[in-house]
Amino acid sequence: MASKSIVDFAKIKEDLSDLPKQIQVVDENAKIIDQDVFKSFSDDQLVEFMKKMVWERALHEQTMNFSRQGRMGFYAPTAGEEATEMGTVMAMEKQDYLLPAYRDIPQLIQHGATVTEAYWWSRGHVRGNEFSARALMPQIIIGAAYLETAGVAMGLKKNGEDAIAFTYTGDGGTSQGDSYEGMNFAGAYQLPALFIVQNNGYAISTPRKKQTAAVALTQKAIAAGIPSVQVDGMDILACYSVAKAAREYILAGNGPVMIETLTNRYGAHSSAGDDPSRYRTKEEQQPWLDRDPLIRMRKILTDKNLWSQEQEDKLVEEYKNSFKEAIKEADAVEPEKVSDMLKRTFEVPTPELKAEIAEFEEKESK
Amino acid sequence: MTKKSYIQAITDALDIMLKEDPKTLIFGEDVGKNGGVFRTTQGLQEKYGEDRVFDTPLAESGIMGLAIGLGLTGWRPIPEIQFMGFTFEAVDSIAGQMARMRFRFNGKKTSPITIRTPYGGGTHTAEMHSDNLENFFTGIPGLRVVMPSNPYDAKGLLISSIENNDPVLFLENLKLYRSVKDDIPDEKYTVPLDKANVVQEGNDITIVAYGAQVQEAQKAAEELAKDNISCEVIDLRTVSPIDTETIFKSIEKTHKVVIVQEAQKMAGVGAQVASAIAEDAILSLDAPVGRVAAPDSVYPFAQAEEVWIPRKAEIVEKVKEIINY
Repeated sequence: MASKSIVDFAKIKEDLSDLPKQIQVVDENAKIIDQDVFKSFSDDQLVEFMKKMVWERALHEQTMNFSRQGRMGFYAPTAGEEATEMGTVMAMEKQDYLLPAYRDIPQLIQHGATVTEAYWWSRGHVRGNEFSARALMPQIIIGAAYLETAGVAMGLKKNGEDAIAFTYTGDGGTSQGDSYEGMNFAGAYQLPALFIVQNNGYAISTPRKKQTAAVALTQKAIAAGIPSVQVDGMDILACYSVAKAAREYILAGNGPVMIETLTNRYGAHSSAGDDPSRYRTKEEQQPWLDRDPLIRMRKILTDKNLWSQEQEDKLVEEYKNSFKEAIKEADAVEPEKVSDMLKRTFEVPTPELKAEIAEFEEKESK
Repeated sequence: MTKKSYIQAITDALDIMLKEDPKTLIFGEDVGKNGGVFRTTQGLQEKYGEDRVFDTPLAESGIMGLAIGLGLTGWRPIPEIQFMGFTFEAVDSIAGQMARMRFRFNGKKTSPITIRTPYGGGTHTAEMHSDNLENFFTGIPGLRVVMPSNPYDAKGLLISSIENNDPVLFLENLKLYRSVKDDIPDEKYTVPLDKANVVQEGNDITIVAYGAQVQEAQKAAEELAKDNISCEVIDLRTVSPIDTETIFKSIEKTHKVVIVQEAQKMAGVGAQVASAIAEDAILSLDAPVGRVAAPDSVYPFAQAEEVWIPRKAEIVEKVKEIINY
């Protein structure tokens, strides 16, 4: 039939393929794209951004080193993600509530957990979750943190607090239905929540393009009525500036925001035997390494005479020494007792638990 | 004292706790203006405002996530899942997140949440509205499962559940909602969690039941009394954990037991009771454990429901079989 169609789906689909504008302050060649934003930072602030990224890279290297020595449990490598992780968390305040995923240990530490606690978490000791930071332990179930973020944000709002809830997931995480439910609830109640999607291109081995037909993950927020923005995740000044603007907008009572940062994980999915060469070529990887967030910041600072390689080497050594101290402290902890684990199942133990507590207390006293 | 239905007793408990504790919140699908599809929350939004009693988007997982986050920020949530069959949508939130909170954070963070949801057969609903899913939830460390059998218990157990600082799955029987009425106190009272109740004393055999089956067991006991069989009827009230002490004490006297449940027979509450008896009280018995349960199919479509659900007749038959062993 050659009759004119009532609707042009091809055109609608084509309209959906418009890519969002990616926000940058400094590009991969260290060229300043947004002079106004760049000038708003003092020299000290610029140095601070660099220091945080150097700290995160050193944490990654030293922790992976511990991992190869068999001294860590589950740990997700973070090299390549320094700009998105440090940039976004530096825009938050201590009263904000962090709901991290497993690759967000560096943000958890910046938000107030100690490195020792992070190592306890990795090794599977409850002391790792007893940090004073206003945060949950890293979430393993993809999507769960997005749901709980809506709830925490509602609680903060009801308490009348000057605080937001912020959370992270990856590109794969946006496929999980719970991620949508969390954003949708936050939108429906106009809650103070910031949803950050760190799109590093792969969910273990599955590439971003296989996750969804959406051309940008920012589109995932549109259905929930939430403003979203795509940011160069290798540009810490952009990540920080956008997260800071989002926090202000959210705190003003405007409801939630979603940020997608475009980044790359240089290493494996986790310390548990993932081999990226099975699904990713070196050719594909190289452009990302060239866009490294530390390279461009180093160049900017060096040009301004604010940074030197000696200074950086000294810092790295200092940081790595602090991680060595942290793991020593982690080593010194008493192993967990099964009787203590049984005791923390309920506030008021059940009769069965009472019997099991007695049984294990006896076993463990020997 | 006022004569109240099971559903009115629940509304009463919610009203009292909203009034008494400013941190309590009720939310779920249609619980606000509509007062819930069964009118359990009728009038509460009007009385306490939309900040305390509010509707949610239609997403069970989201409702549970909301509850967890509110629990973490100082609130005492009482979310409703419209029908228990819909809890499947929220299993990670309940089992993977909420029930583990105290354990994960060594008590520094908790989930003081009471999830209310209706379940149970005999009302000819659409699929996934009547399933007895307690068997599925009783094996989750950190979660209590409470199943009241009458209006007095419903009010007292719900208040205890809300006051408890750990998550409770509070199961409301659909058939009992309007079919039973009791004189219950108007003021606040509690019925303890984790404790079974001897609803009828007897000497010849113990019948262990919970939820709507307690009423069936009592009807069966009445009929069996005509044949001079004296039944002791125990209402578990809380099905996770199970109060085995009360059961053991009873069978020490009666030496016989029949365990009744409306749910399918496999791997559930009745099996747990039987296993506890086998492990710790087998020498009290002089006959095998008798069990009355639904057969192990998927919950039937409405037409076959009355054949599938065990009722008084099946209990009478099983008790006679065990008595005559």
